[in-house]
Amino acid sequence: MSFDLETSTLPTETLRRVAIEPVSRVEGHGKVTLLLDENNQVHQVRLHIVEFRGFERFIEGRPYWEVPVMVQRLCGICPVSHHLAASKALDMVVGAKQITPTAEKMRRLMHYGQMLQSHALHFFHLSSPDLLFGFDSEVGRRNIVGVAASHPAIAKQGILLRKFGQEIIRLTSGKRVHGTGSVPGGVNRALTGGERITLQADANQMVEWSRDAVKIIRELHQQNPALYDQFGHFRSSFMGLVAPSGALDFYHGGLRARAADGSVMFDHFDYQGYNSLIVEEVKPWTYMKFPYLRSLGPENGWYRVGPLARVQNCDFIPTPLAELERRQFVEYAGAEPMHASLGYHWARMIEMLCAAETVQELLQDDDLEGTDLIVTGERQREGVGVIEAPRGTLIHHYQVGDDDLITMANLIVSTTHNNQAMNAAVRSVARQYLDGQVLTEGLLNHIEVAIRAYDPCLSCATHALGQMPLDVVLIDATGREVDRKVRG
Amino acid sequence: MAAKLKIATVSLAGCFGCHMSVLDIDERLLPLLELVEFDRSPLTDIKHCGPCDIGLIEGGVCNAENVHVLREFRANCKVLIALGACAINGGLPAQRNHLKLDEMLTQIYSTGTGLAAGSSIPDDPELPLLLDKVHAIHEVVKIDYFLPGCPPSADAIWSFLNDLIAGKPPALGHELLHYD
Repeated sequence: MSFDLETSTLPTETLRRVAIEPVSRVEGHGKVTLLLDENNQVHQVRLHIVEFRGFERFIEGRPYWEVPVMVQRLCGICPVSHHLAASKALDMVVGAKQITPTAEKMRRLMHYGQMLQSHALHFFHLSSPDLLFGFDSEVGRRNIVGVAASHPAIAKQGILLRKFGQEIIRLTSGKRVHGTGSVPGGVNRALTGGERITLQADANQMVEWSRDAVKIIRELHQQNPALYDQFGHFRSSFMGLVAPSGALDFYHGGLRARAADGSVMFDHFDYQGYNSLIVEEVKPWTYMKFPYLRSLGPENGWYRVGPLARVQNCDFIPTPLAELERRQFVEYAGAEPMHASLGYHWARMIEMLCAAETVQELLQDDDLEGTDLIVTGERQREGVGVIEAPRGTLIHHYQVGDDDLITMANLIVSTTHNNQAMNAAVRSVARQYLDGQVLTEGLLNHIEVAIRAYDPCLSCATHALGQMPLDVVLIDATGREVDRKVRG
Repeated sequence: MAAKLKIATVSLAGCFGCHMSVLDIDERLLPLLELVEFDRSPLTDIKHCGPCDIGLIEGGVCNAENVHVLREFRANCKVLIALGACAINGGLPAQRNHLKLDEMLTQIYSTGTGLAAGSSIPDDPELPLLLDKVHAIHEVVKIDYFLPGCPPSADAIWSFLNDLIAGKPPALGHELLHYD
């Protein structure tokens, strides 16, 4: 199965190769390649994920209780997602169909704290330079240092929002990065009264700053709809968890998908059966797989996950301020869901506000200081755990032998669901901005802006953090270097 | 005022957790920016490491590209630091070292759970060559300091950087030296 612009119909040796490499230099390394003809018409565009780690394979043979701690090393940005998705899958294995109120609330607090820190990191530290200064602004300024110089209050709020989320993670899991708080069947610690009071002291301020952040991105959209509505635009369906009530829920629920026109395709699907729903295709030019809905096939069955999907998939957000913002978002989008890639930023900040409000509410709950932490029941051989990670639906699936060792692990991480979407976004931007043009540094950043809207965690599926360094070489059909732009 | 020190950072075969721990110095980041300037780093746009005073390497080495980047850092950084467990000994990704790479790739891309019919191992020339094992970075280049932890704590990183910036031999107290 090949999409428009995925594979050139002309012989590749007649085309010029343009490589944007690397689009990521962290542990998930990616690049974009383009093939152009002599008139600079684009014939092929691919986002390659070039890293392989093999977690699914080397988890096999490990004792199941190690897994929630091992798998979070997939990603230092959202380790809590893997920690909790694995714990939820292994709840099934230890027979804990219903964990205790204290365990569920501690996990929820940890997860919503993570949502806050991850979304703050992505918006303030990584994306705000593009959005505040412009996609083709000066390279040397386009980073958090530049934001700190020109918008010191915004930079400081970003740092402190992230800090608050990280402190919640530390107090619920033991460490800011790679903690140990969640275990199969529950948690191993509760909060103390002093810890609750410490967090409560800052919670109101975090809600206020989150509101301010939504306002920044909402106004950017409203002031420049021509750019924000059209950049990297394409239609797709959307998938994610929703609560039984239809509410936005990051921790638990059933799977719902909406078609591109907003109609519900399936609802409250029990994720234990994800295997009957989703198939993954492998393409030779990238290590990241391409999931699609089995019933629709690879051409029509792909979908988007993450903030843009979740905010439009749910019926409502169960916190008041974020719900008001969601309604404005839906009203702005109009008759159909918003399909523009930059809509992710707006939706992401609405989610950050929801996370801040939820944390504020949870901290009022005395169950966080409870002593009933773990339950077990009849031991099972298999379990699936699904959670809405900051970047989207995260699926962990394990089988465990009688000797307590893992015999099978299958992970579908959030960024992988968006693989086809990110390729579509890059192709859309190539058509809109690149076709027939001479390369410029600002143009290269447009490609990167499109990828970054998805907040790809290439640490999970391989990941990108920060300004991706770009090196584009234009080589003519004889192999001669015609043009080269290095951004970095 | 003296010229700012230049710091470059990169994550090779790591999870980015060590970079998160650098950011976990929180608001101390702002005064730090008065003293140092970031060269190549995930927080900047700089693609290749220029001449730098301090280089922080997260992650081990798992493919040919990691080796090239590591050598570039060694050639440009006066002081090179292995930041965290993966850089020091390969860390969790090195769990794959007892497995055969081709069998692992076959299972994940060809015979594993939930794959479309006809799936096979990606083999495009655009993908960098995988090494058969994940290696610690000191096996490839000389490393000046090793900062343990998964990840090292923000306080450990802060203390270490402040010593270096002040021109003192870095020393971590007992409470900052941990391996988990």
